[in-house]
Amino acid sequence: MTAFSNAQIWLVIFGLAAGTYLIRISFLGLIGDRALPGWVLRLLRYTPVAVMPGLVAPLILWPAATGGTLDPARLAAAGVTLAIGVATRNVIAAVAAGLVTLYAGLWLLG
Amino acid sequence: MAPTPRRAFLRGLKGGAPFVLVIAPFGLLFGVIGTEAGLNIAQVMGFTALVIAGAAQFTAVQLMVDDAPTVIVLATALAVNLRMAMYSVSLVPHLGAAPLWQRALVAYGLVDQSYAVSILEFETGVAMTRPEKFAFFMGSFLVLAPFWYASAYLGAVAGTAIPADYALDFAIPITFLALIAPALRTGPHVVAAFVSTVLALVLAGLPYGTGLLLAACAAMVAGALSELALDRRP
Repeated sequence: MTAFSNAQIWLVIFGLAAGTYLIRISFLGLIGDRALPGWVLRLLRYTPVAVMPGLVAPLILWPAATGGTLDPARLAAAGVTLAIGVATRNVIAAVAAGLVTLYAGLWLLG
Repeated sequence: MAPTPRRAFLRGLKGGAPFVLVIAPFGLLFGVIGTEAGLNIAQVMGFTALVIAGAAQFTAVQLMVDDAPTVIVLATALAVNLRMAMYSVSLVPHLGAAPLWQRALVAYGLVDQSYAVSILEFETGVAMTRPEKFAFFMGSFLVLAPFWYASAYLGAVAGTAIPADYALDFAIPITFLALIAPALRTGPHVVAAFVSTVLALVLAGLPYGTGLLLAACAAMVAGALSELALDRRP
C-alpha cells in the first residue's frame, strides 16, 4: 500500500500524463524535422533497459513481502520469467510462466 | 483503384488487432496492481487513459509503494518513456507535415504497439499518402484503446476483491522481467541491463530512489558506449 495521499497520487498522474505527452509530441509537433544528434538517439535507445532492470533487481533479491530476505520461490519465478521472455520474446507467455512458477514454488516450499 | 484513407484506416485496425492479446492482460494486471497499491478506480483509470504507457505506470506505482518522493517518481517513470521521443523523431518524415490536430492525436496514441505496426507499414509497405498514413496510424491505435481502458477497469474492480496477501507483490517484478527480456536484443542492450542491475543493487542504500536514477544514467551511457565500440570494430 502506498502512503501517498489522494492529492499526491493525482499529482503523479497529471505530471506523468503531461510529461509523457510532451515526450510523445516533442519532435512530431514542436521541434519538426530538425535532426537529433546521433549521440542523443544512441542514449535514448537504451532508456528502457537502463531503468527497468535497476528497478526490478532489489524487488527480486530483497522482496518486501518476505521482510527483505531472499525467497527461493520468487527467485525461481524471476529466473523462469527471464528465460521464457528471452527464448520466446513473448511478454504474456513470460508473465504466465513466471506466475505459474511463483505459485507452484510457494505451494511446494511454503 | 487508389487506396483511400478509409481503407488505410481499416488496414490499421487489422494491423493493430493482434496486439489486443498483449495489451488486455497487461491492462488487467495494472488495474489489479494499482488497486492493491491503494489507488481508487478513478486513479487507475486516470493512469490508464491519460498516461497510456504500461511500463511507466507500473514504475510509478512501485515507487509510490516504496514511498519515493513525488519528484523521483515522476523523473524515473518519465525516463522509462523517453524511448517515445525516438518514436516521435522517426514519425516526422511521415506525419510531420500533417495538420497540428492530427499530430496532436497521433501523439496521444503513440504507444509501443501502434508505433511498431505503423512504422513498419510506412517504411516497407505500399506507398501511402499523408492522410492515409494518419488514418492507418489512428486505426492501429483505436483498435487497441477500448481494450486497454476496459481491461484496466476490470482489473481495478477485480483487484478490490482479491485478498491482499496473495503474493501479488511479485506480479510487478515478473511483469518487468517479461518486458525486459525481449528488449535484450543486442550486446549493448545486455550491457546496459547488467550495469543497471549491479549499480541499482550497490546504490540501493541512497535515499529517495536516487540510486536507481544514477544507475539508469550510467546504464544508458554504458549501452551507448558499447554500441560505439561495436561500430568501430572492423
